[in-house]
Amino acid sequence: MDINAVKEYLRSYDGPDMNIMEVCGSHTAAIAKNGIPSLLSPKIHLLSGPGCPVCVTPSAYVDRLLALAGEPGTCIVTFGDLIRVPGSTPKNLSAARGGGARVEMVYSPMDIIPMAEKEPATTFIFAAVGFETTAPVYGLLVDTLFRNHMTNVKLLTAVKTMPEVIDCLMEQGAPIDGFLAPGHVSVVTGTEVYKPIAERFSIPFGVSGFSGEEILLSLYGIVKVRGQGKVMNFYPSVVKKEGNPKARALFDTYFERADACWRGLGKIAGSGRVLKEDYSAFDAGSRGLDEDHKANAACSCDKVLMGKIRPYDCPLYGKVCTPMNPQGACMVSTEGSCFSYFSNHRTDR
Amino acid sequence: MTDEKIMMVHGSGGRATGELISAIFDKEFSNPVLDAMEDAAVVEGAGRIAMTTDSFVVTPAEFRGGDIGRLSICGTVNDLLMRGAEPKYITCGFILEEGAEIALLKRIVHSMAETAKEAGVFIVAGDTKVVNGHGEIYINTAGVGLVPEGVDIKASNALPGDAILVSGTMGDHHAAIISERMQIDTDIASDNAPLLDMVTNLLDAGLHVHVLRDITRGGLGTVLNELAEASGQTFEIEEAAIPVSPKVKDFCGLLGLDPLYMGNEGKLVCILPEDEADEALSVMKHSAYGQQAARIGKVKDAAQTTSPVVISKTAIGGERIIGILEGEGLPRIC
Repeated sequence: MDINAVKEYLRSYDGPDMNIMEVCGSHTAAIAKNGIPSLLSPKIHLLSGPGCPVCVTPSAYVDRLLALAGEPGTCIVTFGDLIRVPGSTPKNLSAARGGGARVEMVYSPMDIIPMAEKEPATTFIFAAVGFETTAPVYGLLVDTLFRNHMTNVKLLTAVKTMPEVIDCLMEQGAPIDGFLAPGHVSVVTGTEVYKPIAERFSIPFGVSGFSGEEILLSLYGIVKVRGQGKVMNFYPSVVKKEGNPKARALFDTYFERADACWRGLGKIAGSGRVLKEDYSAFDAGSRGLDEDHKANAACSCDKVLMGKIRPYDCPLYGKVCTPMNPQGACMVSTEGSCFSYFSNHRTDR
Repeated sequence: MTDEKIMMVHGSGGRATGELISAIFDKEFSNPVLDAMEDAAVVEGAGRIAMTTDSFVVTPAEFRGGDIGRLSICGTVNDLLMRGAEPKYITCGFILEEGAEIALLKRIVHSMAETAKEAGVFIVAGDTKVVNGHGEIYINTAGVGLVPEGVDIKASNALPGDAILVSGTMGDHHAAIISERMQIDTDIASDNAPLLDMVTNLLDAGLHVHVLRDITRGGLGTVLNELAEASGQTFEIEEAAIPVSPKVKDFCGLLGLDPLYMGNEGKLVCILPEDEADEALSVMKHSAYGQQAARIGKVKDAAQTTSPVVISKTAIGGERIIGILEGEGLPRIC
C-alpha cells in the first residue's frame, strides 16, 4: 500500500468516530515523536493505555522496594525509570539514595551478576518490573542464579501480562474501537493471544512496529476493519504468529501465573507472573503487594491508564504535576503517557 | 614522577606543589605572561571584552576522541566564540583528588596545551588544589575574548525569515561518553573541538550572523527552545534535515535515546538572514569540523509567529512541538 494513499485516507476519514488505544509506552513516545496526531482526521482519536510497566506498578511495590533499600548490606538494582516513581508517600528511590541507601541503575538485568560476584557479602535486589518483553530476561537471570548457586541476588518482581489487562479494560466498558497492539510484547507472545478478545468484543488489533510509517499503516488497517474482530500483523519482519516459544519456556520454568495489582486499575485475575514456590529463595517478597495508594489524592493516573481521560484533562497535569515534580507514575517514565504528552506539548486538539 | 599518584602534599603550597607545577604545567603551558609567575596576569585588552567560566567534571577523564583537558579548552573557547569574540586568554583551576595518576594528569595537561594552540588562546593563570577523594580530576576555567567593533551576536537577535543552520551531526559526544561509562563496544568518538576556524570564517566572509550558540548539554532541542524564547520567535525545523551519523542513530535506537536531546562539544547553531544561508553553509562546510553542516529550518515570518515555540516537521510529514529536555534522559526499559 502506498504510504501517501494511507496518509490521505487517514486524513480525510469521515466515518464514525474511532478511538484507538496504544498499549505500549514505546508507541506512545513514537506517536508523539512522529507527529502522528497531526496527520489524522478529527474523527480518529488516539488513547494511551496501560503500556508503561513502571506506570502500572502499584504503590505497595515501591514501598516494599524502599523498605528493602533501607536494610543494611543491601543494594537495589533497577532500570532508570523506576528511581523517581513515588510510593504511597512522595518518597522514591532517588530520595532513599540521597538518604544513604545504595541504589544502582543498569540497562540490563544481567548486569547484576558481575556486581554480585564482586561483593558476595552484599544482598543485591533487582527491581524486576516489566511485561512479556522483559520477562524472558528475568527467566534467564533466575536460570543463571540457580545454575551458579548464587545466593546474594533476589528479585522483587512485578511482571505483568498484556492480554489480561486489555480484556479487563474492555470488560469495564472502555470506549475503545481498536488496539494498536504492542510490537515488542508480540515478539514474545505471538499474535494469537489477542484473538479471543478481538472476537469477543468485535474489535480489530493491529500489531505495529515503531516507525512513523509502520504506525500509520497499522492505524489504516485498524480503521479499515472497524467493528471486526480481526488480528492483523503489520510487523511481520519481527513478529511471528507463534511468537518466541523458547523464551516463553525458559520463563515458565521459573515463574507461574498469579493475580496482579495494577496501579489505578486494582487486582486483575491472572494478569501477573511470580516466582514458583520452588524458587522462592530468589524472591524478595513479591507476593501480595496489592495495596495501591495515591501519593496525591487528585492524581488521575488511573483514568489516564484506562483511556477515560487524556493526560491534559487531569487537574494536576502541568500544574503541580510535571516531570520535575511528578505526582503520579505516568509523569515519571519516558514511556509514561503524561510525560510524553507534557514533554512534546501534545494537545491533539 | 610518571608512576606516581597525587597526594595531599601536592596541594601544600610548598616544595611538592612547586615541583608538580614546574614538572607538568610550566612545561606545557609556557608563555611570557604565565612564566612571570605573578599572582595575576596582566594582559592587553581594549574595547568590549567577553568573559565566561565553566567547570569540567566528566567521567571518565579520557574518552574516545578526547579528554577532560581538550574539553575544557573547547568548551571555554566556544562560549567566547558564540558572542563573536576572538578568544584570547584562559585561566584554569585544577581540583585534584588524592590518588589521581600523575601520568594521567600529564596527558590531560598536554592535551590542553595542544588544544589551546589550535584555538589560538594563551593559558595565562592557573591554580592547583588537592582534596580527599577517589583520584578524579576536575578543571575550572575562565575565558576572556575581545569582541571586534560592530559585532553583536546574541540569542535575542533571531529575526523572522532567518535561516537556521547547524555545523554537523548531533549526539556524538554524549554517545561516546555513555559508551565509555557502560562499556559498550562502539567506535563513536566525541566531537569535542574548538570552533575558531568556523566562526572566524563566517565573520571574515562579511555575513550578518544574528545568533550563534554551541549545542552542549540539553542538546539541539533545548538550545532551539532557549533561542526561540530569547528572541520571541517561532522556529520551524525539518527533522529529516538534522544530521545524525548512522552509528549514533543506531546507538540511540538501542538505548531509547533521542539525538535531539544529546550533548555535543564542538557543534553550533547559526541563525542569519535567509539570503546569506547558502554562502554561510558553504563557509561552514569548508571550515574545520564543519563538513557535515546542514540547513535545518527557519524562523517563521512575522505573520505566522504565534508564540516562542519550536515546531518540527517530522520525516513522515507530521507536525509536533519540540520541548526542552525533561528529566535526565534515562534509558527506556522495554
